[in-house]
Amino acid sequence: MIDALGHPQSILVLGGTSDIALATVQALVAGRTRLVVLAGRGGPRLDQAAERVRAAGADAGGGPVVVRTVEFDAEELATHRDVLDAAFDGADIDVVLLAFGVLPDPERAATDPEYAAATALVNYVGAVSAGTATAVRLRAQGHGILVVLSSVAGERVRRSNFVYGSTKAGLDGWASGLGEYLAGTGVRVVVVRPGFVTTKMTAGLPKAPLSSTPEQVAAAIVTAIARPRPVVWVPATLRPVMSLLRHLPRPVFARLPL
Amino acid sequence: MLTGWGRTAPTRADVVAPDTVEQLRTAVCGAGHTTGGSPGRGVTVRGLGRSYGDAAQNAGGLVVDLTRLDRLLDLDVETGMLTVEAGASLDQLMRRLLPAGWFVPVTPGTRYVTVGGAIGTDIHGKNHHVAGSITEHVHEMELLTAHGEVRTLHPEGPGSEEFWATAGGMGLTGVVTRARLDLIPVATSWMRVDTDRAGDLDALMALLSERDEEYRYSVAWIDATATGARTGRGVLTRGDHARLEDLPVRLRPRAREYAPRTLVTAPRRVPGHLLNRVSVRAFNEAWYRRHPAHRVGEIHGLSAFFHPLDAVAGWNSVYGQPGFVQYQFAVPFAAAETVRDAVNQLSMAGTPSFLAVLKRFGAANPGPLSFPRPGWTLALDIPADVPGLARLLDRLDEQVAAAGGSIYLAKDSRLRPELLPALYPRLDEWRTVRDRLDPQRVFTSDLARRLAL
Ligand SMILES: Cc1cc2nc3c(=O)[nH]c(=O)nc-3n(C[C@H](O)[C@H](O)[C@H](O)COP(=O)(O)OP(=O)(O)OC[C@H]3O[C@@H](n4cnc5c(N)ncnc54)[C@H](O)[C@@H]3O)c2cc1C
Ligand SMILES: NC(=O)c1ccc[n+]([C@@H]2O[C@H](COP(=O)([O-])OP(=O)(O)OC[C@H]3O[C@@H](n4cnc5c(N)ncnc54)[C@H](OP(=O)(O)O)[C@@H]3O)[C@@H](O)[C@H]2O)c1
Repeated sequence: MIDALGHPQSILVLGGTSDIALATVQALVAGRTRLVVLAGRGGPRLDQAAERVRAAGADAGGGPVVVRTVEFDAEELATHRDVLDAAFDGADIDVVLLAFGVLPDPERAATDPEYAAATALVNYVGAVSAGTATAVRLRAQGHGILVVLSSVAGERVRRSNFVYGSTKAGLDGWASGLGEYLAGTGVRVVVVRPGFVTTKMTAGLPKAPLSSTPEQVAAAIVTAIARPRPVVWVPATLRPVMSLLRHLPRPVFARLPL
Repeated sequence: MLTGWGRTAPTRADVVAPDTVEQLRTAVCGAGHTTGGSPGRGVTVRGLGRSYGDAAQNAGGLVVDLTRLDRLLDLDVETGMLTVEAGASLDQLMRRLLPAGWFVPVTPGTRYVTVGGAIGTDIHGKNHHVAGSITEHVHEMELLTAHGEVRTLHPEGPGSEEFWATAGGMGLTGVVTRARLDLIPVATSWMRVDTDRAGDLDALMALLSERDEEYRYSVAWIDATATGARTGRGVLTRGDHARLEDLPVRLRPRAREYAPRTLVTAPRRVPGHLLNRVSVRAFNEAWYRRHPAHRVGEIHGLSAFFHPLDAVAGWNSVYGQPGFVQYQFAVPFAAAETVRDAVNQLSMAGTPSFLAVLKRFGAANPGPLSFPRPGWTLALDIPADVPGLARLLDRLDEQVAAAGGSIYLAKDSRLRPELLPALYPRLDEWRTVRDRLDPQRVFTSDLARRLAL
């Protein structure tokens, strides 16, 4: 259960090896969180992630942390219902963090139909599918928070990475709508819109302005769980910046080097 | 969507309000199937929802609201023995009983609690040091168990383990459907009150320890916003029910009249900054000054003495959207230092709290989860959004546990489950009885899940 001060006792991560997600889990096990379920494409990376969480739990010294892993592939839509059933098996899940996603090579995504579709399959279709299965479980439980990692890239889709941006725009719209749809069910949705975050997803890319670390995104997520807000920007200053960009007339926007 | 009185951590449940024990039985036995709630989410019994945290809510499951089972079944006017359905409120009982010269044996700081909720949390009042908690005045109760049978339980003999596991058992042993309890005779519906002001915590604790047994009721209000040399200053009020001859002549014809009214209603939407450090400090200052340094034998209204907050309907919304927590602990007399420490830390943290209460508890009863035990108890309200609150209270919990003390579950909404066995050393004993009564854990609650009860 999430307590009166907004501390969850359990979390499920969809995309269990994500750097942002692991930073979040690490922050939470230092508080009340004692059950962590990591769902991801199995293999050594997922096992390492589980080890890292166990070590963080032991360091925090609050009490024994149980870490479970569950096989999950965003592309295998037909399995999502079963994956979520397995993840929720036996105990309540207070927070579900939908963290998986891919950042495609922009040029190839703009020209290779299969590659573009694969991006959309993971970032949008897979997220909607797994997210819907999650919402069903949370509703039956009567409480919980679904945190969805969207991106500023979806706020106003830019030429430089429009395929990725469009998947996040779709995901963002779906998650915001879901949040409204779930009003009164005890389940809340938090849409997180980070800017450039220094993770393995962006490794090797030139750092964009207003970039943040996974730990900073994690801190924003932890706050948003305690005081649920429908939308969170990381860093917060991105909100006015994006609002400005959003309202630029198309001809001006098109000329910006974005 | 349900919350407790602190308006934190809302969750959704299906709510049914049975009119009869038969309907209640159907609801309990069908929980998760026919009557509502998702399978496996169980059932929680709820009275008037005056517990502060998540004790009377059940995410995804069924909640039975017992307030329609509220009949007064029998009153023996010779002995003051009352038989009542468990959904009846103390408010209702007082209105019926006071004009007849009877009063409930124990009342909390609000009269809007049900008899079932009072037993489920084993409430204490300002008379705990001489009268113990509510269940000590109960001779018999009927408990609807998870199997759908109604058991008649007594404090002694066969069934006494189940009786005492239900006292403070947070609704997890079954539903109390009716109780037989002793009332106390009173000559008037007025109180005779002595007031003393103390300039700091040591003075206040010394005053409280002096001649406490001579008073039936005794409690101290603490100004939790005072700092420095004034830390822990407060006002001690002690008294008893007024006798007829205590009343001024003009009041005597109305000696047993009792018709408390709600004076105002708190605004539903309160701007977050209404209650801040400055406004609460100003209120506390005025409240402290309002009281005489020492006065004896004043006549006060009964509800002003016991239930001052009930005059403001919905006062719990003054803390705004984030809601508030109530923190109440008890420590042995030998650990008075823990009380000093807690008052110091809470005052220094600048928590805007206008409701802080200090009292001495008397003897404990056999209930393994019953909260009161001999020693000091401190209770205070704190807005949930005070920065650093979680850490501060976690630290205090540990100090309380180390001192051999406990935390009141009826008020709790944020305790760490790992500490529970230290705070309730007889937890396993209670679990054994609960498992016998409810092996499938049909009875559950958000609190039960959070604390892994
Ligand atoms: C302003 C204020 C002042 C207070 N002062 C005091 C005080 O001085 N001393 C004190 O001890 N407490 C005090 N309390 C706490 C209050 O007395 C308890 O929380 C009490 O349980 C509330 O009764 P309720 O009917 O609202 O129960 P609820 O809050 O609805 O339920 C409380 C618990 O009892 C269980 N329960 C309810 N009905 C039954 C039943 N029929 N059978 C079995 N279990 C049941 C529930 O499952 C739940 O676990 C105060 C609360 C407020 C708001
Ligand atoms: N980094 C940024 O700048 C940034 C900015 C805004 C938003 N975001 C979003 O934040 C989220 C987390 O990203 P991150 O920065 O933490 O990157 P990351 O460390 O690369 O995490 C991405 C995760 O997605 C998983 N994943 C990819 N395809 C999958 C599939 N088919 N099935 C299951 N899991 C799959 C990866 O699992 P594997 O280990 O199995 O590959 C990995 O756990 C993503 O949604 C991303 O779009 C990131």
